[in-house]
Amino acid sequence: MEKKIMLGNEAFARGAFEAGVRVVSSYPGTPSTEITETAAGYEEMYVEWAPNEKVATEVAVGASIGGARALSCMKHVGLNVAADPFFTAAYTGVTGGLVLLVADDNGCHSSQNEQDSRYHGRGAGVPVLEPANAQECKDFMKFAYEMSEQYDTPVLIRSNTRVSHSRGIVTVEERQEHEVKPYKKNIPKYVAMPAMAKKLHIAQEKRLNQIQEDSKEYAINKMEINDKKIGIITSGICYQYVKEALPEASVLKMGIINPLPKALIEEFAAQVEEVYVIEEGNPFFEEQIRAMGLPAKGKDMFTIQGEYSANMIRKAFTGKEPEHAPAQEAAGRPPLMCAGCPHRGLFYILAKLKKTVLGDIGCYTLASLPPTSAMDACLCMGASITMAHGFEKARGKDAAKDTVAVLGDSTFFHSGITGLVNMKYNQSAGTVIILDNRITGMTGHQDNPSTGKNAKGEPAPAIDIAGIARACGVEHIVEVDPFDLPAVEKAVKEETAREELSVIITKRPCALIVKQPNIPHLVTDACKNCRKCMDIGCPAIEIAEGRPVIIAESCVGCGLCKDVCPFDAIKEEVK
Amino acid sequence: MKDMNILIVGVGGQGTLLASVILGKIALEEGYDVKLAEVHGMAQRGGSVVTHVRISENEVRSPLIEEGGADVILAFEELEAYRWIPYLKRDGVIFVNTQQIRPMPVILGTADYPEDVLGFLQENANKVTSLPALDIAAECGSAKAVNTVLLGAMAKELPFSKETWIRQIESTVKPKFIELNKQAFEKGYQA
Repeated sequence: MEKKIMLGNEAFARGAFEAGVRVVSSYPGTPSTEITETAAGYEEMYVEWAPNEKVATEVAVGASIGGARALSCMKHVGLNVAADPFFTAAYTGVTGGLVLLVADDNGCHSSQNEQDSRYHGRGAGVPVLEPANAQECKDFMKFAYEMSEQYDTPVLIRSNTRVSHSRGIVTVEERQEHEVKPYKKNIPKYVAMPAMAKKLHIAQEKRLNQIQEDSKEYAINKMEINDKKIGIITSGICYQYVKEALPEASVLKMGIINPLPKALIEEFAAQVEEVYVIEEGNPFFEEQIRAMGLPAKGKDMFTIQGEYSANMIRKAFTGKEPEHAPAQEAAGRPPLMCAGCPHRGLFYILAKLKKTVLGDIGCYTLASLPPTSAMDACLCMGASITMAHGFEKARGKDAAKDTVAVLGDSTFFHSGITGLVNMKYNQSAGTVIILDNRITGMTGHQDNPSTGKNAKGEPAPAIDIAGIARACGVEHIVEVDPFDLPAVEKAVKEETAREELSVIITKRPCALIVKQPNIPHLVTDACKNCRKCMDIGCPAIEIAEGRPVIIAESCVGCGLCKDVCPFDAIKEEVK
Repeated sequence: MKDMNILIVGVGGQGTLLASVILGKIALEEGYDVKLAEVHGMAQRGGSVVTHVRISENEVRSPLIEEGGADVILAFEELEAYRWIPYLKRDGVIFVNTQQIRPMPVILGTADYPEDVLGFLQENANKVTSLPALDIAAECGSAKAVNTVLLGAMAKELPFSKETWIRQIESTVKPKFIELNKQAFEKGYQA
């Protein structure tokens, strides 16, 4: 059998492939994105990007009812969006195996919160599995499909940044085909209305009890009895930190984390002197283990915030820390909108016009950083539009004249459309600006309904954003090229002044997809050192010897700095 | 070699990931266990990026290198070497590209770029190898080859054969860039 180095996420995709999955539907979200990208490379599976996680999950449920093994992958906050179908699919169960994969982001590397998705699994009443390395990503995925069909339930696999974005050695195997099961109409099982749902709920309780009983036999749990003074109950990536920090300790590594394998926990606790629970995030295990009457320690030693580490655990238990050079106060290096990002100019204009900006998720959130600082709030996907509406209802139509909602094309398709319908229906005078860069940017360039391509890179219908706005009843729709700053400024001024709902679409592909002319610019002697060019926050311009200079190897030649220079002092470099 | 922890640090967009992927393949080929940890998403947009490479005769547990745990730091940029120095073991070595990329707080004047980074590194590492990898890469025909130049410099000090390195560079980069990268690796190796 061949061994390969795989990203955790690639291993999840491989597991789905080997398990005979036929349908995958997901929305990109760090740290889950590469699972679906990798899956798209397997010809045997139908793989799509859906506009959001609710849609994706429902597609997977439909595929399961249709008899195929199906998968939907998302980041932690995506599971909130998908919570509606998730909680009821947990009642109806499955025909073809159904797995949802959720990747948490402990440490907030690329997210708006550190939500602990284990609670969703418990809340919905589905089994949750948690792997700890790339090999387990593949193995647990395959086991999840066996479980799903054996117990007639969706299974949630919980990953996180360090599991999804670490590479390790994985043994790959062949795909086992699972034919699409014959379809049989089954109203009591699949029509979730009150009379049926009550019965389904009873069935769910029974199956969870059964899983809890069976879980002590699952090979995905590991009990390692060593030194009996310290007994640690853990799962996922924390298991690796524990093994690194305390190789002598006894460990119960749970592969299933909902329902908890209580029989194993009791057996383990009986063999060790002190029980400690090591889990990133909230005291999810600890509270349940204490409720079992076991005196476990956990959050009195460790925080709920951020990631753990071997050093942190070693220090807590032994007081020892490795020697190293002291940390230096080093200038931070926050992420930035790229040099040449065509949508940077819009934020320069919004800052100049002092607009209140209700922002959204994606690259454009970076406009909230200096020097533009052109964002007042960012909450969740699509909330720019709805927050702007609420802001106007609180402060009146005049306030709407100083307020805009700003979001990207993929975010608009994800959950901006319903907000726009609400604005029209409830008579907003607001202005919505959609920055259409023809791609899903921040997650690493996935196709979406606006790009004209599908997840496999094949041609697909491109949905017209202006057409959707028109269909929502918006009468004032302006499309501008964001490189044409005077046109952008005019559009923002006119549409915000208007006492009716407007949509401005700034249209230019992501600078990393469609390259700019790439003729570097330079600051000439005509420079009066007014530093207006510094206001755009371009990483290719810096101050050297007291004056702005353009870093030739960073500049992509977009010309935005040239356009904001009042003295015509920036020129294209002549080669 | 019992085990080797290599921390690769740089700025989003500098190509730090390729270096770790090549190292991972070499470790696999040579029969070691290996884990790599990397950063995707927001930090990739010009932020500070770090990739962890852990190679061992035994099972590698955590994918992360922590403070005081790196045998080698491969730094694509001076400020990043300065930032990550607490991760180096007391007897660790550093390879540093003598390039300075000013972060936005420095550009805006709210923070300073540290002075004499190389001197500071000398004081805190067993050995510092510095080289102008960007210039060397440019000589080879593309500034993008800065990562293979740095790999070349580091390869000289690691216990894997030069042929193994070149074979895995060939198996990793796109065919049309193989010659460029082999040349860049060689120049780094000689530097």
